[in-house]
Amino acid sequence: MPDNVVMESVDLGGGRPSGSGGALGNGGRGDNYSGAASVPQRTYVTGMMIALGGILMFFMALVSAWIVRKGFPNSDWQPLGIPRVLWLNTLILAASSLALTRSRRCLLAGRDDEFRHWWGVTTILGVFFVAGQLLAWRQLVARGVLLATNSSSSFFYVFTAAHGLHLLGGIAALLVVAFRPPRRLTLDTATEVVAMYWHFMGGLWLCLFVLLLVGK
Amino acid sequence: MSAASRLEHAPREAPKGFIRCYVFGTDHKVIGLQYFFLALAAVTIGIILSLLMRFHLVWPMAHLPFVAGGIMTPEQYLALVTMHGTIMVFFVLTTAPQSAFGNYFLPIQIGAPDMAFPRLNMLSFWLTLTAFLLMLAAFVVPGGAPISGWTAYPPLSGLGEIAGPGEGIGQSIWVISILVFCFGSLLGSINFISTTIDMRAPGMTLMRMPLTVWAWFVTAILSLLAFAVLLAGGILLVLDRSAGTSFFLPAGLVVNGEPLAHGGGSPLLWQHLFWFFGHPEVYIAILPGMGVVSHILANFSRKPVFGYRAMALALCAIGFMGFLVWGHHMFVSGMNPYSGLAFSVLTMSIGVPSAIKTFNWLGTLWGGKIQFRSPMLFAIGFVSFFVTGGLSGIFLAQPAVDTMLHATYYVVGHFHIVMGVAAIFGIFAATYYWFPKMFGRKMDETLGKLHFWLTFVGVYCIFMPMHFVGVAGGIRRYADSTGANYLAALQPLHRFMTFAAFITAAAQLIFFYNFFRSLRKGERASANPWNATTLEWITSSPPPPDNFGGHYPSVYREPYEYSVPGAHQDFLPQNLAPEDLPRANEEPRNA
Repeated sequence: MPDNVVMESVDLGGGRPSGSGGALGNGGRGDNYSGAASVPQRTYVTGMMIALGGILMFFMALVSAWIVRKGFPNSDWQPLGIPRVLWLNTLILAASSLALTRSRRCLLAGRDDEFRHWWGVTTILGVFFVAGQLLAWRQLVARGVLLATNSSSSFFYVFTAAHGLHLLGGIAALLVVAFRPPRRLTLDTATEVVAMYWHFMGGLWLCLFVLLLVGK
Repeated sequence: MSAASRLEHAPREAPKGFIRCYVFGTDHKVIGLQYFFLALAAVTIGIILSLLMRFHLVWPMAHLPFVAGGIMTPEQYLALVTMHGTIMVFFVLTTAPQSAFGNYFLPIQIGAPDMAFPRLNMLSFWLTLTAFLLMLAAFVVPGGAPISGWTAYPPLSGLGEIAGPGEGIGQSIWVISILVFCFGSLLGSINFISTTIDMRAPGMTLMRMPLTVWAWFVTAILSLLAFAVLLAGGILLVLDRSAGTSFFLPAGLVVNGEPLAHGGGSPLLWQHLFWFFGHPEVYIAILPGMGVVSHILANFSRKPVFGYRAMALALCAIGFMGFLVWGHHMFVSGMNPYSGLAFSVLTMSIGVPSAIKTFNWLGTLWGGKIQFRSPMLFAIGFVSFFVTGGLSGIFLAQPAVDTMLHATYYVVGHFHIVMGVAAIFGIFAATYYWFPKMFGRKMDETLGKLHFWLTFVGVYCIFMPMHFVGVAGGIRRYADSTGANYLAALQPLHRFMTFAAFITAAAQLIFFYNFFRSLRKGERASANPWNATTLEWITSSPPPPDNFGGHYPSVYREPYEYSVPGAHQDFLPQNLAPEDLPRANEEPRNA
């Protein structure tokens, strides 16, 4: 980058390109951007944040539909008995988020074996959560509560299915990072991006669960 | 450009072979062109559908060889309405300005080698193409295309085959196609936003981005938030159609004498979800055109954009406010009059940033050395249509007026001018302007001007009379208006519009001829044929696979430094370093 050049005049001289790479304020790609061969690592974090924004909007649309549908006057809405196993599932998902935090901390400290250990624990807890959600569905089906039974059950199945599918995507990402680390991302970035997604899905489930408990 | 560029690495080579380069290519330029040609195919089909409708409105009893039974039924007419709207809105107005030109030029204009996530980009295109093919398949499945309009209002769209011939498989395919399209658009917008945030060249601050980049950036944010909502609504509609749920289907429905089992849902819920997407979608179609028009007006007036900062902020304001006004599509839905009032006031206040843009375009033209080249003509045409169509929008924003004009041809005229034709003129302007960069050759100027004047006059002839028909009570979506006396009196106007439509459509053949002929035989274009300032013009035409041949630019200037006092040449490229300025002054044309 050219430097030490005096600007010609106020009218004609453009400003300097700024080297330091703040995401928004400064001139785009900063010191860590090395040209066509690679994309700066923080771009993957940016991309994940934006993707999470879209996912949040998707669930907000579903939740607002749920609020509107529930609030109709003379509604046929029947309260849904929330399966008890959801409490356990929520604990499992929270535990998986803790394990993931632990795993990331081990990675940053250079304790590679521990990182892999806790990463595996996270994955297994994630699988347990999805299995627990399926169990909740089975319990509802055994009670005769199906997708089309009442709008409360329709929304329950839609919420859990949409969240579950997103979580399966998260499990796939956990497995990919564990077994076949992607070429373009450093392990640090890859784990950071997956962790953002996973924690977001945990927080999202907590919100949905509270809504279902309070709103029935 | 020596000191303004830095050799960072060896130039990237293009992948070998047709399949790897053009079919499964990850180069943003190839993907941009794929989107462009997809939109070109879609617009051709969309125009043919509209001509069939215009023909049917004037000669409803005509025998058509390709229609089963010879005479078009009302359901077949509604299928044309639905497919025309869907194909034009999704596969032309969303695809061409944003996905095609945005993909091609956003990375180049910010000095990046490619999009942030090239393979995701390829996936976006393939999803969009799949959606398009699915949509076309709706024509040939049993029962034909759906009849519920591009807005797919339930109960009609949720009932299934019992509601009409196209409401079985046709409507199912329609919904699935839209869901796939949503997914492709969401992935695309993630790419656009990340690229704009993280891939800008050194010195390319936000306030040095060309207004085109601003427009694509804001549009991508709108896509991200709006298509996510349509995706959610579409999934609920699929469940209503196929799983027996009742999100949108109310209790007590009796269709063709048959009571249905649904209960308690609300068609209004769909309208809210749909228009929460649908209104921002209007801006998704028009904002990129606004960016292109600002870009071109500055270039061919040889002046900086008047009020650049206000232009960028107005784009953001329009984008933000676009999310607050969806209710103005639903004034007659039985909504609370107080919320109608709020939506009405918010809608009219979008006139403020829109007026900022319009006056700044006029300010850019004011006192400029205007060159009336084809891109410039289409850009000025855009401003004309934006004003005409925008003004009729202020009438429609009044709930009392809208109660009368709702679902008449007035609305059809309004949105075709402001959203359809204005956006199409933005696409035309962009095509004439960037054709030399994309293909290395120029389009023919004479044919371009002829195309402009025929289209400009023709479009006004088609859509202005619609306002009169609407005020006189002409209802949209009626397949045949010869039956009622007061509607029959409007037939001469309809005939005039139909003739205008056929002539205007024929004028588009000039564009197609000019486009495809210039691909092979057009005059060779230099790197910077329009003497423009932004980064796409410092690289060769067409650009090398990595956009800048290994020399990545640094940015020192505002995007529109035309006719800068004291400079020898009347444009200063964005990458012109202050130390290079004296040399540039000695060699007036450093192209």
